[in-house]
Amino acid sequence: METKPSDFRVPDIFADWCPGCGNFGIMNALQMAFAELGLEPHRVVMVSGIGCSGKQAHNVRVNGVHTLHGRTLPFATGVKVANPELEVIAIGGDGDGLGIGAGHFVNAGRRNIDMTYIIHNNGVYGLTKGQASPTLKRDLKTKSLPKPNINDAVNPIGLAIISGYTFVGRSYAFDVRHLKDIIKQAIQHKGLAFVDCLQPCPTYNDINTKDWYAGEDRRDALGKPQSRLYKLEEAGFDPLVRDWKEDWQKKATALEKAQEWGDKIPIGVFYKKEYESTFEERISGRIPFYAERPPAKQKLGNEKGISTVDLSEFLDDLKTS
Amino acid sequence: MVTESINWMAGGAQGAGVDTAANIFGKACGYGGLYVFGRREYHSNIKGLHSYFHLRVSLKEILANVNDVNLLAAFDAETVVRHIQEVTPEGGIIVDAMEMNRKILDIPTLPPEFKVQLDNFLKENGIGETLKDLLDFAEKKNVHVFPVPYIALLNKIGKQLNISQISKITRMINVLTIGVSFALLKYDKSLVEKAVKSMFPEKIATMNIVAFNEAYDYALRVFKDKLSFKLERTDAKEERIFVTGNQAVAMGKVLGGCRVQTYYPITPAADESEYLEEHQILKTGSEEEAIVVVQTEDEIAAINSASGAVMAGARAATSTSGPGFSLMAEGLSWAGHSEVPVVVTYYQRGAPATGLPTRHGQADLRFAMHAGHGEFPRIILASGDIRECFYDAANVFNLAEKYQMPVIHLIDKAMANCSQTYPVFPHEDFKIDRGAFLTEKDIDGKEYKRFSFTSNGISPRVALGTKGAVHWYTGDEHNETGHISEEVPNRRKMIEKRMMKLQLVDREIPSEEKMNFYGDKSSENVVVSWGSPKGAIIEASEMLKEEGFSLGFLQMRMLHPLPVEAVKRVLAGRKRIIDVEDNFTAQLAGVIKEKTGISPNFYILKYTGRPTTTTEIYEALKAILTGKASERQVLMSGN
Repeated sequence: METKPSDFRVPDIFADWCPGCGNFGIMNALQMAFAELGLEPHRVVMVSGIGCSGKQAHNVRVNGVHTLHGRTLPFATGVKVANPELEVIAIGGDGDGLGIGAGHFVNAGRRNIDMTYIIHNNGVYGLTKGQASPTLKRDLKTKSLPKPNINDAVNPIGLAIISGYTFVGRSYAFDVRHLKDIIKQAIQHKGLAFVDCLQPCPTYNDINTKDWYAGEDRRDALGKPQSRLYKLEEAGFDPLVRDWKEDWQKKATALEKAQEWGDKIPIGVFYKKEYESTFEERISGRIPFYAERPPAKQKLGNEKGISTVDLSEFLDDLKTS
Repeated sequence: MVTESINWMAGGAQGAGVDTAANIFGKACGYGGLYVFGRREYHSNIKGLHSYFHLRVSLKEILANVNDVNLLAAFDAETVVRHIQEVTPEGGIIVDAMEMNRKILDIPTLPPEFKVQLDNFLKENGIGETLKDLLDFAEKKNVHVFPVPYIALLNKIGKQLNISQISKITRMINVLTIGVSFALLKYDKSLVEKAVKSMFPEKIATMNIVAFNEAYDYALRVFKDKLSFKLERTDAKEERIFVTGNQAVAMGKVLGGCRVQTYYPITPAADESEYLEEHQILKTGSEEEAIVVVQTEDEIAAINSASGAVMAGARAATSTSGPGFSLMAEGLSWAGHSEVPVVVTYYQRGAPATGLPTRHGQADLRFAMHAGHGEFPRIILASGDIRECFYDAANVFNLAEKYQMPVIHLIDKAMANCSQTYPVFPHEDFKIDRGAFLTEKDIDGKEYKRFSFTSNGISPRVALGTKGAVHWYTGDEHNETGHISEEVPNRRKMIEKRMMKLQLVDREIPSEEKMNFYGDKSSENVVVSWGSPKGAIIEASEMLKEEGFSLGFLQMRMLHPLPVEAVKRVLAGRKRIIDVEDNFTAQLAGVIKEKTGISPNFYILKYTGRPTTTTEIYEALKAILTGKASERQVLMSGN
């Protein structure tokens, strides 16, 4: 049976984001991506953090786990390790993933678990009324900041690449089709995929607005706005790492691209490596039947519920007779 | 004279093989049908600072440590200096003959405050400045000194084994002192060889056995029958194991169905996780199962990953100590709110802050009870010995899933690192009870709500991924579906639904599973305690009983929710209620007073980082029973 984006709408739920919020675009892109991939809702788990983005988990009809600020990845990791058959999508804000959760962001890269992590990147902490997030550039003063931002910004794409994410892409919340394609690629990628999703915050970020991204302030001779975003795939950028010998070179090229900002902002896939072993494969190397009988699928007891674990492997070393 | 029991201690610089020596000694005694209880003490240090292992060996089961040492195997001068006063008359000290002239106040690893104490002791007793002077003083008190030329003997052993590097040879000081110890005790050599073979790969075992025999023969030749007591093997009635608390917890966990364990390295919890990882493939009656052990980037990730695994349908736990549990507080609150049956194994150590990171403590009861913002249900179960650690570690998963709340299994460093002989724990009838846990078949097209209101507060769970049961969790207050709701009537109902489950725990679990009573049921004197002081209290009570004193002992196990009525019934009307705990503020006594209105009238407390011993509990209890004690006694034994 063909699945439609509407199959992933949650009845009786009101998405309470501000009018014009980029989250609507991301929600639509997620629903479209899930539908096009033909995912069964019960097999998908969306794990989210705290902030406006956290509510994303309630607005798509798949399993939703709305967790703690910054802890999206640890929860998602636990879900996936216990049952690798699940399609796990982690969702978080820029403050969630790159501020309070930055340690998890980096360490997740070391494991390369086969899941997708989408950061909603709007430069501000929206739900607490517009403080600077880790991705807001230094010296910018968005609407509700009493003084310009004193901290430098984190580069999410760069951090993901050097942390070991094996798929690193970026898209834009109001280019729903492009975002949907990037999300689909991220889900289909074997390994940990990161999507940096740029989005305006119409209420608190009065600098990186929809108009700013669209280049309304810079029109060509014909009066046509010159969008600040350009697509890597259209610029002939090749993100694919084919073997380990070119890995560092590809990383360096991707990092260079990740530096671009301001009047030319790349979206698309920056880096993609398919041959790296996933965490699940590494576990399977130790537990050969892990894929068929992961922790969530083990019986634990016999038909009467009696635990049948044979402790002799432990006890033999401890015996004194 | 064949002795019923001896207390043997090995001590030396950390990294010198004290643990190995103690394990060989303990196992060799175990092979001889004897009961063993070992206590391990070490600094937060990798190499160089003093560590020791105290082993009690007996024909009868031993439950705790004592202060006395009958035979001290000193790898170095510091061990002699630190423990000489614990050695009993007629006891012995094995010491390096080449260390005799060492000036003891110049031992570089002695901390300044210990030197002051030592200096005073030397002056008060007119003892000179060398190790020999100190040992002469001990000999006057009938302690036998057994000087052994360690290096000369090791060189001889090295020649036999064709090893010339001095560093490789000195690694065998531990085996050398074992050889001397067992020769002095006239113990069956073959049992020691068996122990060595069981612990090392063949090549290393052979080397150690050569070294052991050389030392054994040397001591037999030189010291003959100088020690007045002997240790003899006996026949064990049943099959036994020599096991630590960490190991018992690990075994209990896999028996109880734990299939994901997360952890961040911390003393004294990490040994358990490593042991689990080493044994991760589990044989069962049918197909193999396995536990996945994940070392996370911090304890925040550890508890939240464990919760994730639980929501996906696995039984999962995390193990930690105080500093790690501090980081878990927010995750615990989330799990309590979201009714996620996650298990936290909490090994208390010397706190606050980094505290005494490798030492013992019981100062985290209140923290375990109250950690996490807001009000949510939890269960706290405290084991009192290694056997209980095993069964409780399995049972906490049933409790967690049945009542859908986090369970904190409280243990302490004393139990984690003590090793003890036990008959193999019977475990053939342990039943997994997953509580209200639905599968696809149960759902069968019906609408599923994760937090449905029910008469007892338990909403049937499903695993994430169950067909027909897409569902939601949120740390925000939620409605039955699991979506955010800030509505007033819903909020009230949800809080009440969650908290109501505690009443179920109160009603359904019999008080015998929540507390133990030992000794004289009708005594006017009752000791109340929890955790590792249990063994010392039971042993001390038995000693006092032989002297005609009557005592009962209430060991509390379920500390939250406290079985209030049962505790009241036990404590009401007693003349003396004596609280024993390894903390400053008498936390359990405070909880009991808060919940029952009954206060202990005597306190025996210890907060030095060392476990309570039978010796000191006996003395403190006797002082109370003979009217010689103040309301509050503070214990100090240990080094």
